[in-house]
Amino acid sequence: MDLLLPASIALRALRVNTARSFLTMLGIIIGIAAVIVMVAVGTGASRRIADQIASMGSNLLIALPGSTTSGGIRGGFGSLPTLTYGDVEAVRTECPAVILAAPEQRGTAQAIAGNVNWSTVVYGATTDMFSIREWSLASGRFLTQAESEGLGKVCVLGQTVAQELFGGLDPVGQSLRLNSIPFTVVGLLAPKGRNAMGHDQDDVIFAPIRTAQTKLFGNPMPDRVGVILIQARSQGLMDEAQRQVEALLDQRHRIGPAKERDYSLRNLTEIMSAAQESSRTMALLLGAVASVSLVVGGIGIMNIMLVSVTERTREIGIRISVGATQQDIMLQFLAEAVLLTLAGGVLGIGLGAAGAVVLNTLLGWHSVVSGSAIALAVAFSSAVGVFFGFYPARKAANLDPIEALRRE
Amino acid sequence: MAEILRLTDIAKTYVLGEQQVPALRGVSFAVQAGEYVAIMGASGSGKSTCMHIMGCLDRPTAGSYVLDGRRVDGLTRDELARVRNRRIGFVFQGFNLLARTSALENVELPLIYSRLPRARRRERALAALDRVGLADRAGHTSTQLSGGQQQRVAIARALVNEPAMVLADEPTGNLDTATSREIMDIFASLNAAGATVVMVTHEPDIAACAARRLLFRDGLLVADSAAGQEPRE
Repeated sequence: MDLLLPASIALRALRVNTARSFLTMLGIIIGIAAVIVMVAVGTGASRRIADQIASMGSNLLIALPGSTTSGGIRGGFGSLPTLTYGDVEAVRTECPAVILAAPEQRGTAQAIAGNVNWSTVVYGATTDMFSIREWSLASGRFLTQAESEGLGKVCVLGQTVAQELFGGLDPVGQSLRLNSIPFTVVGLLAPKGRNAMGHDQDDVIFAPIRTAQTKLFGNPMPDRVGVILIQARSQGLMDEAQRQVEALLDQRHRIGPAKERDYSLRNLTEIMSAAQESSRTMALLLGAVASVSLVVGGIGIMNIMLVSVTERTREIGIRISVGATQQDIMLQFLAEAVLLTLAGGVLGIGLGAAGAVVLNTLLGWHSVVSGSAIALAVAFSSAVGVFFGFYPARKAANLDPIEALRRE
Repeated sequence: MAEILRLTDIAKTYVLGEQQVPALRGVSFAVQAGEYVAIMGASGSGKSTCMHIMGCLDRPTAGSYVLDGRRVDGLTRDELARVRNRRIGFVFQGFNLLARTSALENVELPLIYSRLPRARRRERALAALDRVGLADRAGHTSTQLSGGQQQRVAIARALVNEPAMVLADEPTGNLDTATSREIMDIFASLNAAGATVVMVTHEPDIAACAARRLLFRDGLLVADSAAGQEPRE
């Protein structure tokens, strides 16, 4: 079957009435653009959550010190530092599903470099923390194993802190004071951006945990740690790791029927996965709503094609009288519908992509135009063309030539 | 002389609801190659129905129709489309050109459906326009042409596929006297060059241009000048 001929006849017929062709396409243009933008927004949102999960550290469990009860008054989580360096070491060595465990102690400090100062969060950390939290370096190095265990006055800066204290200069090798104690900067971290709660993850300084505890935070119980970061060997071993760590800590803390747990174990990845799942559902929903507009656009095309068949009855009569077969007429009108929807699809993709860019720049959304959304839009729009073009095309092909020629 | 068409006992009955309306009630005649025939008759005499059947736009209810040595009364719609495309050239009262389309593209139309390659199409369409004296108007659209010129484009379209015969349905019905004469001159010269022309008209002076005249009345052929019966209304 020669499809080039009906396509060229259709193209000629569409060109003859450019304004009507464009107006007919408008429905499809808007429909496709809506699908592209909606899917882009949805994809962007779920990708962003995925990035945030990755920035938190993958396969991560966090052990938090628990509530304690003294004299019938129950404190909240973290009211007493119940986790110890011994716990960290035990979790790392005795739980087969755990690959890394690292202590972390959070505090705040006033950082001063030259005549600039900045209040920021300081984490007492160890070298393993960088690996668990999936930090990467912009320059310099991480804390070494020796520094992690010792009392060295060195630190690693996040991008925001480095920017505030040193401007655009590379801070590595520079010194700064934290609560008046001089520290040497050994590394600068690559930026991570904001986390799920909108918190700037780069506004941070990492120092060796024992240095931070003794020199900065004035910890009265130096063998205790703030939280324990625990990394499971794989995603599939998360549940296993959680069970093992709980069993171990229960045993170490002598938790039993008579004693309430004095720590809690949290699986943040799970929470974030749920968030991602809901954003994916949202994206699907948006796509579905946008698809409705495509169907409406398709019906618009069918209407115009039907009007067009009526209006062009005489033209069809002329074509039949000079020898067009039913198939010729049918293919011409089908080709017109498909060309309209395809052209509308292409313009819609352009409009949608532009819309996504506008959303990104004006509103700061992270919409991502995906290839699969484009492919879907094109496939859908030509399907709409064939589907809604079929009925008018058949109507045209079945016209009686004598009747058609008599029509004014 | 070769026979171009032969109608034998052609009848056509339209069914309108319960009623059967006979339009043709058994018409027989033949046309030889190179003839110039005018079909006359009052409205409702069946001349237009006969024209549609000859033009393969309609099928007879009964009777046989042989066109160019081949029976065409039982053909399917698509086979008839092919016959119209290759064997018959149509000229209508209302010109029936495509709107907003150039004269050249209008003349090319039958060739498009013959699947002729683009270059050959252009060449033959230009030659046909030249035959009706409109080669210099090839790029004009219908609205830029006068009525007479539009009808000449329509004649070029009828000729372009070198059909066995040209069928004209009241070709001067929408034209003034002077322009009508121009169009009749074109038909006369086509006929002189060997084309078979069959024309439906109700104007006696137009019919007088034709060498042979047929008269229809109430669905029957009542007079044929070739058989010595000069039509009289």
